[in-house]
Amino acid sequence: MKKINNWYNNQLIPWLLPIIAIIIWQILGQYKIISSSILPTPFDVIEAAIQLTKSGKLQEHVWISTQRALIGFFIGGIIGFILGLLNGTVKFFEKTTDTTMQMIRTIPHLALIPLVILWFGIGESAKIFLVALGVMFPVYINTFSGIQNVDRRLIEMGSVYGLSKWKLFVNIILPGALPSILVGIRYALGVMWMSLIVAETIGADSGIGFMATSAREFMQMDIVVLTIVLYAILGKLSDVIAKLFEHRFLKWSPVYRKK
Amino acid sequence: MINIELKNVSKRYGDNEVLHNIDLSIEQGSFTAIVGRSGCGKSTLLRIIAKLEQITTGELNFSSNEASNPKIRIMFQDDRLLPWKSIIKNIELGAVNPAVAKESLEKVGLIDKQHDWPDQLSGGQKQRIALARALASNPDILLFDEPLGALDALTRIEMQNLIEGLWQQQKFTSLLVTHDVTEAVRLADRVIVIDRGAIQLDERIDLPRPRERNDKFTYYETKILNQILEG
Repeated sequence: MKKINNWYNNQLIPWLLPIIAIIIWQILGQYKIISSSILPTPFDVIEAAIQLTKSGKLQEHVWISTQRALIGFFIGGIIGFILGLLNGTVKFFEKTTDTTMQMIRTIPHLALIPLVILWFGIGESAKIFLVALGVMFPVYINTFSGIQNVDRRLIEMGSVYGLSKWKLFVNIILPGALPSILVGIRYALGVMWMSLIVAETIGADSGIGFMATSAREFMQMDIVVLTIVLYAILGKLSDVIAKLFEHRFLKWSPVYRKK
Repeated sequence: MINIELKNVSKRYGDNEVLHNIDLSIEQGSFTAIVGRSGCGKSTLLRIIAKLEQITTGELNFSSNEASNPKIRIMFQDDRLLPWKSIIKNIELGAVNPAVAKESLEKVGLIDKQHDWPDQLSGGQKQRIALARALASNPDILLFDEPLGALDALTRIEMQNLIEGLWQQQKFTSLLVTHDVTEAVRLADRVIVIDRGAIQLDERIDLPRPRERNDKFTYYETKILNQILEG
């Protein structure tokens, strides 16, 4: 096959657009075309980041937010995964619970914020609950549909070969559903940060969202923008991790095998 | 020693009768081919023997001296390899033990592909792996559901020789469903023609192996083909 070597296959190309945008942004701010009370320049934001890192505040808030995100993700992810497995493999569970799950799923989980605050106050459990709730459904749906869409012909082959139910599950059903499950996890990671941002902005005394709201009260624009950048970085980071998992677990697929 | 015995077997899907009062017994170690037009019920018959379909009325028995459940394996039209397992792991799925898996991969001549993924192989190679997987489980009965239908002419001939050779070595009872009369005469000791759900012809093929395309071969071929075409 002919080796495709277009100029845009360079590794740096995806970063070209963000870099140009930042340069323009810096120029517009520096020459006061945009007032710094509307949008601080990139250098201001970087300086704010350095200041906050020196005082240790930045690490502290990022760490707290990350903890909340991960705890919520694991609780919601595990519940969603187990429910998806049960409903995908045992007809009884599917008949009794799937309709309920599909009904609850259609409620935007962030609409529950007032209720959650009344139940849990604005403490840690409220935020973790919201993240877990948001993460649970994408993982559930993709696990469930992944299992349902496993190639029936392969399952038939497994039963001809006399595989036990457990062996059938481990060798055929689970690996067959894995691509879909990983899509669910990747999507859930996005929901995880979104839920946390909203929860932290509404009521918190620590975390990235708290940093943003308290900076807003003091009109510290550079910190407000910094928090947005932080969320973007964390979101991208979790996406990269999810991609690594896909490459690790789906290396049998030609899509992931190619460099 | 296992014989397959069908007594008065009928199969209906709703009002549609696919098989009607089939009486058939197949000797242990024999090679039987079932031919017929598409939709004549030949694949259904195979799936009944494999216990993938329930019989509506009638009986299916496996008489055996060893009084054990016969080990039945199928080679399907498609390879049905697990894409997430390497070639050798796919074969181990059916194998009595890993050593046997390796051995049967050697028999089909693809030992150098053992660590490849299934989708890196050609269609013919994949079917050879599927054959190796079936052999590795040391089957009493091996059912072939048009496994060569999707292969090109040359690969088909290679596969036919391979199947014949391995059958002569291991002496499993073979049942081949095909629409290719030449393939049936080339491989089987006995050819059964099915049409509209019933057996129309049951012909012994009395030719020495390896078989050549001589006058006798053509005689059988023509006789069977005429039976199918005239119904």
